[in-house]
Amino acid sequence: MTALAELLAHPSIWRGGELGRVASPSVASGYPQLDAELPGGGWPTAALTEILPQHEGIGELGILGHALAALSAKGRWVAWIAPPYLPYAPALQAAGIDLSHLIVIRTRSPRETLWAYEQALRSQTCGAVLAWPERIAYAELRRLQLAAEGSATLAMLFRPSRCITEATPAALRLRLDTRPGGLAVRILKRRGGVLGRTIALTPPQVVQRNFDNPPNGLDCHVMDRIEFPASAARSLRRDFGIH
Amino acid sequence: MNFPRLPLEAFAETSASTEAHAVADGARVLVCNPRAATRGVRAGISIAAASALVPDLVYRQRDAAAEHAALEQLATWALQFTPGVSLQAPSGLLLEIEGSLKLFGGIKTILGLIRRGAADMGYTLAVGVAPTVAAAWLLARAGSEKIVSCKRMIEAEVAPLNVRALDCDAKTLETLAAVGVKTVGAAMQLPRDGAARRFGPQFFEQIDRILGTRPEARRFFTPAEKFSAKLELGTAVEHAEALVFSAQRLLVQLAGFLGARCGSVQHFKLLLTHEDQAPTVLEIGLATPTRDPGRFVAVVREQLAALKLVAPVLQLALEADDILVLVEENKTLFAEMADRSADWAKLIERLRARLGNEAVQGVTPRAEHRPEHAWQRAAPGARPTPSVRPAPRPRPLWLLREPRQLKQVAEKPYSENGPLALVAGPERIESGWWDGGDVKRDYFVAQTADRSTVWVYRERRRPGGWYLHGIFG
Repeated sequence: MTALAELLAHPSIWRGGELGRVASPSVASGYPQLDAELPGGGWPTAALTEILPQHEGIGELGILGHALAALSAKGRWVAWIAPPYLPYAPALQAAGIDLSHLIVIRTRSPRETLWAYEQALRSQTCGAVLAWPERIAYAELRRLQLAAEGSATLAMLFRPSRCITEATPAALRLRLDTRPGGLAVRILKRRGGVLGRTIALTPPQVVQRNFDNPPNGLDCHVMDRIEFPASAARSLRRDFGIH
Repeated sequence: MNFPRLPLEAFAETSASTEAHAVADGARVLVCNPRAATRGVRAGISIAAASALVPDLVYRQRDAAAEHAALEQLATWALQFTPGVSLQAPSGLLLEIEGSLKLFGGIKTILGLIRRGAADMGYTLAVGVAPTVAAAWLLARAGSEKIVSCKRMIEAEVAPLNVRALDCDAKTLETLAAVGVKTVGAAMQLPRDGAARRFGPQFFEQIDRILGTRPEARRFFTPAEKFSAKLELGTAVEHAEALVFSAQRLLVQLAGFLGARCGSVQHFKLLLTHEDQAPTVLEIGLATPTRDPGRFVAVVREQLAALKLVAPVLQLALEADDILVLVEENKTLFAEMADRSADWAKLIERLRARLGNEAVQGVTPRAEHRPEHAWQRAAPGARPTPSVRPAPRPRPLWLLREPRQLKQVAEKPYSENGPLALVAGPERIESGWWDGGDVKRDYFVAQTADRSTVWVYRERRRPGGWYLHGIFG
């Protein structure tokens, strides 16, 4: 009986109905309700993860913030390959990411993106590799999944939501939708079977202060540091049609 | 160290070639590659006979200057093992390695390194090890690969060697053969005064030097201050990737040169010479100074892979002017961490070699109010300036390269799928009048109809309007 239990504890054996066990360590996402549903209790290393946001800018980076900050704080490197916009240093720093461990790699073609991604995975030096490939074929995904398996890296691919119908060799695939006040995460694929329900996440609100009680009427970055008078702020608000 | 095929292997492409090659001295074959040898070509037979045996034999006349240059480059490389390297023209190097044994961890290790280096450069090598220079050279020439560790053993070890391995002219060898002397041992037994009269005094001087009863003074080889090496390719090479093997020879030499002077390089130049065009110059840059030939080769391979040749290449040249004192590769108590930082530098180099230096960058904040100037590119791994204060209000993770103008309906901003709801703001940013990049903007956090959080601003200068500048992501 003990022998059987030992055998079943082997990482490459998976039994239906249980979440996949992972031999490689995971990185906590910082969201307990998400971690509970991820095999290994966090973002998996040594496996490809696909993130399919409904559209850009709904918080797909935000949900990685905790993991990236934790990895960079441990001295692991984070590589961003072919990002669609400029990764904005002041915001990244505010999110707790150590910028001395972050590199941004720009590429000129989808081929270069894949090449750079594979190099970053195979070099074994990165804690996380993020990429935004324009298009990617199944065979190429398979290649990246194999490269990821030999690494101790979070291998993240951000793909457009229309790819949802395509098959994937990735170990984990998430779909992100917006909902009032946060994100709705659906796990489309994971080791250990699909999850029927969606997970509601509330990423940290970017907005801390509202119009209603601004500290000085208005936040100013005026070089002469003139205090903006409250009356002017009121008229400004009227101009903007905000009440 | 004897390089028996130096006249042939001085031409880089013959080492890697699968065809039959030979080098002739006059009308006779001097040396040939194994491919030709298996088909019956031998040193000493006439070129006509060799061509009859192997109709597709590629042969050329020996080039003494190229051989000497190759030998000097080998000497430069060998300096990493000992400062005492001397040339034994035309095809040998003598290394004084007794003092280096402890550093390298024994004769076996050092011989392994020497053999591997020679193989990487594409040279056939025979090594002899003995307490006297002449005996070592004799062993190397005879190809016996023996290691003789004390003087008393020399006589017994060299005695069975073929007498042809001695450094004598052809007439002496002929006479020795005629009197029935076939081995070095037999030559040593000859009566001294008679043999000296017949062969000249230098004959026994050589024997005495071999046995160590007569001292031998040698001039050590001194390398140049800068590294500069050339390599004739012999044939015109049309594909850049085919140059990798030849370039490797130069890179291994560079590593040896640096090893000898405890140096390292961060930049060097590879020049590809064409027939009647200006040479193509490849500037090779490394993430950190190094003398690791593996890193050199990896970077050069990527650069060559990305290169389109304008014309066939006849010659390779490698120039390294800026020799840095090597900060020894980090050795830490935790080997794993050290490996990681070295691997990291290698990754950056690989990426940069293929994508260009500009494409691989870090980012860092800058003390500046204007959002588009509040960050800058930095060298990968550079620490951000600690003096930059964080922005007082949330900043988006994504910044657009250029602000994008938004539609405006009744003074309110609209995105493609509906009106924007302003959630927070305004944050007034007014700065930059002194450098012409004057901005006067009121920034707002807004939410689009499909619930993306974005960063928009209202232009306060005429003609005004709303712009999208960032996405919170």
